[in-house]
Amino acid sequence: MKLLEYQGKELFAEYDIAVPKSYLARNQSELSHITDKLQFPVVLKSQLTVGGRGKAGAILKCTKMEELVPKFTELMKKEVKGELPEVILIEEAVSIDKELYFSLFLNRGKRRYSLISSAQGGMDIESVENKVIQDISITGLTQSDAESVAKKLSLEGVTAKSFSNIVIKLAKLVREKEAELAEINPLAILKDGTCLALDSKIIIDDNSLFRHPELRKYVQISELQEQAEKSGFSFVELDGNIAIIGNGAGLVMSTLDIVTDAGGKPGAFLDFGGRATTETIYKALEVISKLSKIKAILVNLFGGIVRTDLVAQAILNAYQDGMISVPIYARISGAESEKSKKMLSNSNAKLYDTVEEAISSLVQYKELSK
Amino acid sequence: MSKKFDIFDILVGNSNDSDYGNKPVIIQGITGNFGSVHTRLMREYGTNIVAGVTPNKGGQSFEGIPVFDSVKDANKNFGAKISGIFVPAPFFLSAVKDAVNSGIKLLIAIPEHVPIRDAMEALEYAQSNGARIIGPNTPGVIIPSVSKIGIMPSQPFTKGNTAVFSRSGTLMYEVSYYLSREGIGQQIALGIGGDPINGTNLIEAFELISERDEVESVVVVGEIGGDAEESLVQYIEKTGFSKPVVAYVAGRSAPKEKRMGHAGAIVYGNYGSAESKISSYAKVNIPVAKRPAEVPSLLLKLMK
Repeated sequence: MKLLEYQGKELFAEYDIAVPKSYLARNQSELSHITDKLQFPVVLKSQLTVGGRGKAGAILKCTKMEELVPKFTELMKKEVKGELPEVILIEEAVSIDKELYFSLFLNRGKRRYSLISSAQGGMDIESVENKVIQDISITGLTQSDAESVAKKLSLEGVTAKSFSNIVIKLAKLVREKEAELAEINPLAILKDGTCLALDSKIIIDDNSLFRHPELRKYVQISELQEQAEKSGFSFVELDGNIAIIGNGAGLVMSTLDIVTDAGGKPGAFLDFGGRATTETIYKALEVISKLSKIKAILVNLFGGIVRTDLVAQAILNAYQDGMISVPIYARISGAESEKSKKMLSNSNAKLYDTVEEAISSLVQYKELSK
Repeated sequence: MSKKFDIFDILVGNSNDSDYGNKPVIIQGITGNFGSVHTRLMREYGTNIVAGVTPNKGGQSFEGIPVFDSVKDANKNFGAKISGIFVPAPFFLSAVKDAVNSGIKLLIAIPEHVPIRDAMEALEYAQSNGARIIGPNTPGVIIPSVSKIGIMPSQPFTKGNTAVFSRSGTLMYEVSYYLSREGIGQQIALGIGGDPINGTNLIEAFELISERDEVESVVVVGEIGGDAEESLVQYIEKTGFSKPVVAYVAGRSAPKEKRMGHAGAIVYGNYGSAESKISSYAKVNIPVAKRPAEVPSLLLKLMK
C-alpha cells in the first residue's frame, strides 16, 4: 500500500520527524475554513499516488491570498497520468539552504533493509550520482550507522545531529509500521541548520496490515477491488477491453503478454488462485461483469487437477443468469474436456486446447476494435 | 553456507541409506484445509509423511498419521529433517522456529501472504541454525517419481535431467508440462516463491545443482519484480556456470507500480522490469522464451 504524501507525513509527525506546518482541503468550503490560519507564501500539493507531480505542474506556489482559490481549483481539476486528487495538501513554505535524499528500502536480493542517501536531493534517485548505499543489519540501524552516513555526506554540527536523528526515527517507523520503502526526498536543510522532511513516500507491506489496525484508514480500494479481495482473488484493472482470468499470478501475467503480443488490449487481470471450483469461477466472472468496458473474456486455466466440466458449468450459469453476455475464449486443459466442450457448444463460450489457439480467435473478434 | 547444502541428500539420500528415497517428512498444519488435501496427494505420490503438527490437536490422527502439538513433540520419535509448512501466514514465524529448534534442516514453506518482517526473521533464524527454507509462497519441490513436498499436481512432471526453477507456481507446472510433452523430464522442479524475499533464491537454487552431473540443463521461469534474474546473470558470469540454461520472464506487458498477483511482482521505474531481465540474459547468451510453450524448443536447440 502506497501512502499519499500527507499520510506519510502524518506518520513522520507521529515519529517526531520534522515536517512543514500544513493543512488539508478536499474542496473550497474546507479551504475557506483554513484561509485565516495560513502564513503566506504557501505551497499547494496535489495528493496523488503516481510520481512526477512536480514536472506535471501539480505542485503550485502561492505567494498571496488572492492566488489561493484559483490555484486550488486548478489543482483539483489537474489530472496526472490519469489520476485526479481527492485532497490538496497546503504547506507553509520554508527557507531552504540545501536539499538531501534519504531512503530506507527492502533490498530483496540481500534479504535486508538498505539505506540510500545523497547530498543531492529533490530529483529522481535513479539519476543521482555519489549515492551512499549501506546495508542494515537484521537487528536494526544503529546510532553509529546514522552518524557515519552524515559524515559521508559531509554534514556537520547541528545538521549532522538533526540528520542522524531523522535517520534513526525513520528506521524505527519502517520497523514498526512494516514499510517496504520509506523515502524522504527532498530532505531539506533549513537556514538554521536543522533538517525537515519536505516530501514523503512510504509503501507499507500489504501482508502485514492485519496487525496494523491504525493504518487501515489509509487503505483506499475500489468497491470492485474489495469484492475481488474478499473472494481471495488478485485483481488489477488495466486500460484495454479484454479480461484475463486464470489460476496463478504467473500464468495470468504470461497470458497478458501473449494477448498483448497478438495485438489485444487487456482490460483486467484476475488470478483466482489455487482452487478452480464452479463457485470460484462464477465469482470471478461476477467481478469481471461489473466492468462495462470488457468486451471479451479469456480464461486460461492450467488443469491437471482441475475438472474442466466444473469450469464449464460456471460459465453456463453465468450466461443463464444474464450476468455476462460477452464471449468467452477458454483454454482449459484437464479432465473431462470433451464433455465440457459439448456442454458449452450452444453458448457464447468456446473451449480451445491451447492458449495460443484461444488467443488467435479472440483477437479476431470484431467488437474489440470498435 | 549454501554450497554445502545438498538438497538431494536430504530429500532422497544415498543409495546405501536404508530409507533411500523414503525420507521422513513432517507436515505442519496437517489438519487445515490445504494441509489435509495435499497430505493425501503427497502420500499418493510416494512421500513418506510420518507425522503432522497442529497446535492443540496433539494426540489425534489424520488418516493414520499421528498428529502432535509441535514439531518438538513429533520429532522425538521420527528424527525427520524435512518439514512441509502449511500453516496460515500469521503463524509462519512460530512454525519455522519450532521446526528449526527440533532438528528440521529443510523447510518447504507453502503459505502466501507472510509479512516481510516475519519472513526476514524466519530466514535469518533458519540460516543461523544451519537450516534452509524454500519459499514462502512456493508451490514446493518435486523430485519426479520419487517424492513431492508441496501443492503441485503430479501430472506435468516426469523424471529426467533438467532442473526447473520458478518464481511462479502455475508456470512451473505449465513449463514442466510442455517439457515433459517433448520428452524432457525433470531431475527436480523447485518453486522459488512469489514473495519479495525468498529462502532459496535463484542463485542458491543454481548452487543446489551446479555440481550434480544428473542435471544437464536448467530452465528458469522468472517474472517481473526485484532483481533476482539480474543477480543470477552476474552469478553465471562470475562462476562460468556451463550447463545450458533457458529462461522465461512473465509480465512484459504489465503496468508499472501495480502488484500483479504475487507480492513480489511489481516494477518501480526500471527496477524489476522485464526489459531489464531480458537484456541481462542477453549478455550471457541465455535464450528467453516469448511464451511458456516455446521453452522446450529453445532448450532442445541448446542441447544439440
